[in-house]
Amino acid sequence: MTTSPLQEPIPVPEEGPPITQLGPREWVRQNLFRTWFDTALTVLFSLILAWVLYRAGRFVFVTGRWEIIDRNLTNLLVFRFPRDELWRVWTALFILAGTFGVAAGSAARARDRAVAEGRVAPAQSGLALRRFGPFLLLVAVLLYFAGSLSAFLLTTAVAAVALAARFAGYRVPPNRAGWGLAVGVLGLVAAFAAILGFGGVGWDRWGGLLLTVFLAVGGIAISFPIGVLLALGRRSTFPAVRVVCVGYIELIRGVPLITVLFMGAFMLGFFLPPGTETPSLETRALVALVVFTSAYVAEIVRGGLQSVPRGQIEAAYAVGLSPVRTTALIVLPQALRAVIPAMVGQFITLFKDTSLVAIIGLTELLGVSSIVTSQPDFLGQGLIFETLVFAAFVYWVGSYSMSRESQRLERRLGVGQR
Amino acid sequence: MSRPAPWRDVRVLRIAFQAAFLVAVGAFVLWIVDNTVGNLERRGIGTSFDFLDQPAGFRIPGSDFRTSQSIGDAILVGVETTIKVSALGIVLAFLLGVVVGVARLSPNWLVRRAAALYVESLRNVPVLAIIFFWYLAVILRLPTVEVAGLFVFSNRAFAVPNLTLEDGIGLFAVATAVALVAAAVAWRWRTRRFDATGEPHHRVLWGAGVLAAVLTVGFFVAGRPLGIDTPERLRFGFAGGLEMSPEFAGLLIALVLYTASHIAEVVRGSILAVQRGQGEAADALGLSPFQRLRFVVLPQAFRIMIPPLANHFLNLVKNSSLGVAIALPEVTRVVRIAISQRAPAPQSIVILMGIYLLFSLSIALVTNLVNRRLQLKGRG
Repeated sequence: MTTSPLQEPIPVPEEGPPITQLGPREWVRQNLFRTWFDTALTVLFSLILAWVLYRAGRFVFVTGRWEIIDRNLTNLLVFRFPRDELWRVWTALFILAGTFGVAAGSAARARDRAVAEGRVAPAQSGLALRRFGPFLLLVAVLLYFAGSLSAFLLTTAVAAVALAARFAGYRVPPNRAGWGLAVGVLGLVAAFAAILGFGGVGWDRWGGLLLTVFLAVGGIAISFPIGVLLALGRRSTFPAVRVVCVGYIELIRGVPLITVLFMGAFMLGFFLPPGTETPSLETRALVALVVFTSAYVAEIVRGGLQSVPRGQIEAAYAVGLSPVRTTALIVLPQALRAVIPAMVGQFITLFKDTSLVAIIGLTELLGVSSIVTSQPDFLGQGLIFETLVFAAFVYWVGSYSMSRESQRLERRLGVGQR
Repeated sequence: MSRPAPWRDVRVLRIAFQAAFLVAVGAFVLWIVDNTVGNLERRGIGTSFDFLDQPAGFRIPGSDFRTSQSIGDAILVGVETTIKVSALGIVLAFLLGVVVGVARLSPNWLVRRAAALYVESLRNVPVLAIIFFWYLAVILRLPTVEVAGLFVFSNRAFAVPNLTLEDGIGLFAVATAVALVAAAVAWRWRTRRFDATGEPHHRVLWGAGVLAAVLTVGFFVAGRPLGIDTPERLRFGFAGGLEMSPEFAGLLIALVLYTASHIAEVVRGSILAVQRGQGEAADALGLSPFQRLRFVVLPQAFRIMIPPLANHFLNLVKNSSLGVAIALPEVTRVVRIAISQRAPAPQSIVILMGIYLLFSLSIALVTNLVNRRLQLKGRG
């Protein structure tokens, strides 16, 4: 009997499942006409879809009476904003374009490095168009309705600034991520300052889409720190702190936003000491949105805090960090990274929910689109159909693009995969 | 063992910190309450809840509420409308949401795309825009009276055929009970038979057949106690049938369509969350696609679904408060009218919030009960 020498096992190459590329005929058979029931469904749904698309297309291109949008475009975008101060809004747009460009550039740089090191798969072709398609469509629609050369030139200039800033951002050394954040925050502040400051226009005279964006961005920015504090309080080891935070969060989450907005509109003036001037309705609405949103942000951040493994905290204690430093240096950075996609989701919700301020009498996008139909030229013609479709389209572009981005972020950060 | 000095003792410090925190929060709340009470009294509004007993002085369209009844009664009428629209909305949104969610995973490409189109277009638009759209742009632009067969769609009211009860209904109720028992017996018998011999049970067919047979016999024996009341055209408007105000119909349609688009995503996610092996095992056993969904995938998906589903039901109840924007007299609208009729705003809003909190708590309670029953009995 011979003993064979010990052999290294020959590595068997692992076979994935076979990738089947269906030909077009085979694809149609598999996806549309597999069984008689499938065939019936296909016929039924192609009829329905064809009818819907035909009606929608006919409405958009033939029967829609878009003159009301054409003449009220500025109203829908800024409403009461003084027309001779509009250059401020354009300045803000330039600043924002620059900021976003730099951010996108440095993100692209980081991603290219990751691809080069083989950490992530390269982007699919045509992704950029799918990402920015709805947004470009919105810009095209706005330019069509603006129909003026100056608007076209200014938009082109904004796009040029964004592109230039993207290339500049690509040159930023990748280990300077803190700079990118600082530029982003500075850009937002500068954009607000360009409209508000230097003898500018207070937000009690803002309206339309500008007010919508202001309420959403301002609301989330102020809610975020409050929400983080509430979440930390909810997980605190002090029972008294916990009770207060849980009480606040659950109370707010149990009532509809409109009741909180009513509170802001009707009661906020009563809360302040006698003799104080009641703040403008815009400010009161913003306070109500912050009160409401911070409870939801707190729940999101709590989820992030819970996702940090217990061992991280124990390790921090073991190396002698105090509880405060453990939270600030170990727990929060990991928790906040995990909640970015959910925070984008909350921002989308807030962006849509700002439409509720129309009920308490503010003229943001939805409010404007329902009052322009009572202008003498358009009264009683049922044009609310057209204005609502336009407003819904603007909301749709914003929240659809953002939700796609948050799904991408979720995949990239690998949330839920660890 | 000696204890450290009190200002370095962690136990003392913890209590001191919490006391300081409570004092700070309490002081802030007291400051607000004090300001509010002061402001209210200076304007002569007062801080009591007596206003609830005072005559309302306004009417509520679509109900027999009289102006002499109290504001408290008016709020109760509003609560009733809120419950009606929420209950109907939850049922309809759930049904539509499950259908669309399953359709998003259909093997048929066209069905999948159509469902995705529906979900993505409605989910990303504010619910208020959808409500405005249905109410202002669709329903109010319908013709004044349009009798389309059995249904009425008009800008004054919606109506669907309604059942009417006539003489002999008591006998028929007994017959219904008998029919239900008979159907259940038939079901059990077929199930036993199937367990014993393995021949096809057809218990749905048997149960439904027995039910229908007994009900038909009972219907004629009792002398046709049920009638159908269809809405009929009159010179002005119409009469009969089960009527809905256009505001109610608008809010209901908008809430159902919007919430269903969210529920569809929950359903899709839960079905995808069921382990793939489960579906493959069902295929390997030779179950039909329907059986696979009905007996293997959906029961497991349902368990995952419950918490987010309850959340969307709650959202629907909360979103029904947007009826205030289209003048549907649900509870928010009633309180809003009361405030404009000189009811004190702070107290009214506190009551309104309390009512919604009660709704939220009861839905949370039911969810927890259902959740506990359906939870897998694990080792904890």
